[in-house]
Amino acid sequence: MSPRAACRLEALGFKQVYDYLPGKVDWLARGLPREGEKAGQRRAVDVARDDAATCGPKERMGEVRPRVEASPYGFGLVVSERGTLLGRLRKVALDDDPSSRAEDVMEPGPSTIRADTPLDKLHDRLDRRGLKTAVVTTPEGVLLGVVRRDDLNETQG
Amino acid sequence: MPRSILYPELRRLLDAGAQLVEVLPREEYAEERLPGAINIPLKRLDAETTADLDKRKAVVVYCWDAL
Repeated sequence: MSPRAACRLEALGFKQVYDYLPGKVDWLARGLPREGEKAGQRRAVDVARDDAATCGPKERMGEVRPRVEASPYGFGLVVSERGTLLGRLRKVALDDDPSSRAEDVMEPGPSTIRADTPLDKLHDRLDRRGLKTAVVTTPEGVLLGVVRRDDLNETQG
Repeated sequence: MPRSILYPELRRLLDAGAQLVEVLPREEYAEERLPGAINIPLKRLDAETTADLDKRKAVVVYCWDAL
């Protein structure tokens, strides 16, 4: 639809016409601000916390483990310099040789959710899978935060 | 020829003052839209409905997704 609209605008004499082809879906999935009747409905990004322990792929377990132990979660998240989520460090990885690098012991490609996931759907998903947390990323995989099921229980009343 | 853009360029254009137009039907616009966007549904896009847009400035259009 938007490519046709862009062509139509050009035909009407507009000289600088751009088509944001990924559209509203892409914007919302980034957890960016929005306006409208549904703008007040809270989404995953609105309850996501930024308190998970993170590390780079080259960091060694001896350095990472204390940070994870000091965090509220039993796992750590491995991110690139640009913040892209690369993997998750489970407990067994944290107990690995302290000289091991994160990239060698992480679980690559952990499941994530979109920033605009409605809270009721997220609550159901975590319940069905017996999970306590969900990791929120942008469409490019940049880490936005972690949602706790306990927080959702409170929002669901 | 209009150019397709991704989010980083959209951000740059908006920061530079580009005009943003959602071309979805009015009901969808009313529900949820990008901040600052105006609504001109594709079926109503003509000289009259675009009269308030500045032809000297960049215009970015969007709909729901690329499909």
